[in-house]
Amino acid sequence: MERSPNLLDEALGFNHQLSASSLRGRAVFIEDCLETSGSFVLHHLIKHFLSLHSSAGVVFVAFAQPLSHYERILRKLGCNLLTQRNNNRFFFIDMLNLDCADGETSEGELAALYGKIQKAVEAIEATGNNGNSISVMIDDISLMEVAANGSSHHVLDFLHYCYTLTSEFGCSVIALNHEDICSNTENSRLTLQMEYMADILIKAEPLATGLASDVHGQLTVLEKGFSDGQTSSRGKVHKFQFKVKENGADYFYPGTSV
Amino acid sequence: MGELVLRALRDGALEGEQAVALTIKDIVESPFGFDVFNYFFVQLSSNILGGKSQSRGLVLVAFSRSPSFYVDLLESKGIDASSPSTWIQILDCYTDPLGWKDRLMGCGTITNHSWEASSMATVCKNVRNVDMLFSSIVELGKGTAVLFAKKVTSSFSFSFKEKVDLLFSICLWFLMLAGLVGEGKNRFSLAIDSVSELLRHASMSSVAALLSNLRSHDKVSSAFWLLHSDLHESRPVAVLEYMSSMVASLEPIMRQTEGQKGGSDSQSLRENNPWKGKFHARIKRRNGKVRLMCEEFYVEQSGIRFSSASAEVGIFNQGLLPKVQFNLQLSEKERTDRANVVLPFEHQGDGKAIQIYDGRRSPLEGNNHTAPASSEKLQTSDSLGKGEIIYFRDSDDEMPDSDEDPDNDLDI
Repeated sequence: MERSPNLLDEALGFNHQLSASSLRGRAVFIEDCLETSGSFVLHHLIKHFLSLHSSAGVVFVAFAQPLSHYERILRKLGCNLLTQRNNNRFFFIDMLNLDCADGETSEGELAALYGKIQKAVEAIEATGNNGNSISVMIDDISLMEVAANGSSHHVLDFLHYCYTLTSEFGCSVIALNHEDICSNTENSRLTLQMEYMADILIKAEPLATGLASDVHGQLTVLEKGFSDGQTSSRGKVHKFQFKVKENGADYFYPGTSV
Repeated sequence: MGELVLRALRDGALEGEQAVALTIKDIVESPFGFDVFNYFFVQLSSNILGGKSQSRGLVLVAFSRSPSFYVDLLESKGIDASSPSTWIQILDCYTDPLGWKDRLMGCGTITNHSWEASSMATVCKNVRNVDMLFSSIVELGKGTAVLFAKKVTSSFSFSFKEKVDLLFSICLWFLMLAGLVGEGKNRFSLAIDSVSELLRHASMSSVAALLSNLRSHDKVSSAFWLLHSDLHESRPVAVLEYMSSMVASLEPIMRQTEGQKGGSDSQSLRENNPWKGKFHARIKRRNGKVRLMCEEFYVEQSGIRFSSASAEVGIFNQGLLPKVQFNLQLSEKERTDRANVVLPFEHQGDGKAIQIYDGRRSPLEGNNHTAPASSEKLQTSDSLGKGEIIYFRDSDDEMPDSDEDPDNDLDI
């Protein structure tokens, strides 16, 4: 379905003419806070990957909400998750009930979770996808840490292994993290570590002036990346505001909202 | 300044000396340490291949990027890393650092997919075992030496047909006999792309021991590693800095104050000056002196670039100037004004006698003097730039200084 690109699409380099996502092989981390949820970015990206072409796929790891929640939201965006799941293009891994008793258990559980993710990626690849349009999404890292009994160390190990999928399969790894849930230094280091790891950092923040009915917050897209002499997409910073609606979100520069 | 650091890495260590060690330190507000690491990695590799370096090979311990990334990086810079007689060995601590994939493959959950199976990469599946890391690094380092020696002997065997190559080969052969070239004398350089990752898996003491043992190893010429300093407490950072002969720190152009909120302001800093910053280098010389230098760096599509004009902070053995928010340096105008101030109780070099104003002379008498060179109320010169000190005594009853003048050493 052709649609005009919005500011977020432009910031992420989305080109609907291409079959491969511009996020292939990249780690995208979304940071939000209590005042401004960044979930809408995740929903937007799910729709992006599932609308690329018939062999694109999404492996979604859910710690926050059940499948019915995402299915309802994506239906309003024009995407049927159940159909995609039946077509082996959308893999939903429900981790809502994960509760690790200790550190050793959390490492084992997260390693097993990684195994499930790679298995799903291999299954999507077996359908003819060369890996360029597979995305692994995690919602969200803060709750994963809670489920892992507070072990941010094992969460980072898990994220590292997910990151290896970017080089081995060309996948995108997209994760949501609540940056204001930092009870101690260890948790804040988790956020910092993710910022170092990220190729693209998307930050959802409230307006400095406070709440508003027409503008729900501002979005900053920072393309960090790394320089290997070949990529030419680093060094860009995009900042704009947004308003979340029932069937998506509007993005606009400050002062230009309709 | 980057050239200075590179030269130190290239020249390596003298016999009996510890290997030259560089810590590259960055923070999230200026997260370009990896670009700096890549810069030194590529430059040192180029020097090794060109025979301009003390080391004959390079061992890269890869934690944060895959071995293929570094191979592609070198090839993009015109450096061949994939030839059979390779000079570089990569200890792959990226692909499966904890053995998760190995166990999952054993269970049949996943399949072996696209692992590095090249001759230059060795997968490490347990980065927590620091002793094994040490032995792996040393073995890989010896491997680069063996491969270099093989390269030398192979060039010898193929060069008989040409006069110049024949002479070169014979010289090399004699050098090998003398033990100056060959496996025994070849040293290698070491690069660790993230000591921060290593510190996540191993204790500070074991990591410090590993790096210290590597620096003390007679086959290691130089070593450099990357550290994200805000991921650690101050103690591990300090330990690594103490162990290093050079420390390169990256900072944003405008550093945020402690009172600012960390998250959004670090982001705004990156937006205001996202792709440039300051590069501070502290280099310990063999004579014990410490050299401090500061440059600006710019991150471009092709990599990182250092500004050509470097400001040398100074050579001194003590601590740094305090980093405060007000300016401790003098501007040019201030320097000029200070130089023009005529100080009392000093010869001004004009041949005139010095007269001391003790505060008792009346202003009228003071005006009759043509050149009270050392009076406390100095005459202004015709020059507009001359400084002036004006002093008025509180009262005529004020006694002059006693004989026990603490300034007896002044030339009056």
